[in-house]
Amino acid sequence: MSILRVRALTKRFGANEVLRGIDVDVARGERIAILGVSGSGKSTLLRCLNFMELPTSGRVEIDGKPIGSERGKSIVYRENELAAVRQKAGMVFQQFNLFPHMTAIGNVMEGLITVRRQSKPEARARAERELARVGLADKAETYPAHLSGGQKQRVAIARALAMDPEVLLFDEPTSALDPELVGEVLTVIRSLAEEGRTMLLVTHELGFAYHVATRVIFLSDGLIHEQGTPDEILKNPKAERTRAFLASHRQFSF
Amino acid sequence: MGQAWDFASVFANRDALIAGAIGSLRLFAICLVLGLGMGLVVGLGRYARTLWINIPAAIFVEFFRNTPVLVQILWFYFALPILMPFEISPLSAAALGISLNTAAFSADIYRGGIQSIERGQWDAARAIGMSWGQAMRRIILPQALKRMTPALTNRAIEAFKMTTLASAVAYVELLQQGKLIASLNFNPIEAYTAIAVIFFVILWPLVQLTYALERRLKRSE
Repeated sequence: MSILRVRALTKRFGANEVLRGIDVDVARGERIAILGVSGSGKSTLLRCLNFMELPTSGRVEIDGKPIGSERGKSIVYRENELAAVRQKAGMVFQQFNLFPHMTAIGNVMEGLITVRRQSKPEARARAERELARVGLADKAETYPAHLSGGQKQRVAIARALAMDPEVLLFDEPTSALDPELVGEVLTVIRSLAEEGRTMLLVTHELGFAYHVATRVIFLSDGLIHEQGTPDEILKNPKAERTRAFLASHRQFSF
Repeated sequence: MGQAWDFASVFANRDALIAGAIGSLRLFAICLVLGLGMGLVVGLGRYARTLWINIPAAIFVEFFRNTPVLVQILWFYFALPILMPFEISPLSAAALGISLNTAAFSADIYRGGIQSIERGQWDAARAIGMSWGQAMRRIILPQALKRMTPALTNRAIEAFKMTTLASAVAYVELLQQGKLIASLNFNPIEAYTAIAVIFFVILWPLVQLTYALERRLKRSE
């Protein structure tokens, strides 16, 4: 059964229609890379899946449960329902968004203590495990200002993992990183893939998408333009726009 | 003009000055807690997107920013008891006027401080399932308060100086006691000089502390 079902999802900002009707089913353990030019709606799609943005219309089902309740023609979302959904769909941001006034382990413990109401020792033990998983056990007491970009993003991944999410949403997790720091973050994401976690990943790292994703979705103008296995989309794209996108990305490869 | 300074006559009334200093500090403490506390509530109201919270908060801020505190104190002391069936003490009238003014000004400081926190912090807080209140309390306010500390300390200093306005309703504070000493001993120069010096001695270290705070905040950014 699919962990995530999206039906006819649209999102409009004023007159700007960013998503124009997205249908997608995500099975447990699937790893979906979402590609597209900037402005194609990739990040907005991701942000609609954990309701950081409320969809303009359409339905999202998580674990077979539709989110929001229908009230006439529109759908009403209750804040505590969305808070529960967001814990199931952990998100990692391009800009890391670590809490600068808390140490690395403080960042990871925060959700467990404030949202899950766990005791401090319990939360700390869990946070230590998550930091060790991303290779930062020795940075537990370090503040974000003293971490490199790659380390910050790994703390952010640990913070998301601590909430036991069923789906992980990565929003261009390596786009803000210096090239030499990209590898350490991708290695962590790949290790999560190997554990069989379900993830959706907006990325410009085509090589990574090819090796790690089980499915590639190419978004264009707020619609799914083409989708398939990494081989189908990245090696033998059928649609003209997909080809043009890949060509521009490979312009300077060697 | 030969002026023979006679500070002995002021010093002879030191008990009155001490009583005045205690009165000033008591009024200041009340206004600080009430003013900054109400300011936070109103500032959060100004930040709210709900119009029926936002608009009253905006009216409150504009009203108390644009009316003189002295007029408010006199109004609370002389006009309110005519409209309402109760007496109001000089302390209450002064505390009300200064607190409301401090609340109005600090509300804008709180609002600005909260708005200065990056959108991404809200995103990250909500992404781990925090409610609006949890995000505000745990993530946004701690960071915003740090940035606001210099501006809030400034408000506190202003509030302390405003306590002299309470002398208009004969509340026993430093200026009121200075007036009293001046009228008893016919020594206004010495009496008011002494009051000014006392204020300076209390406030100057406080202001230095603000500068130090600002420097420390700059370093940690």
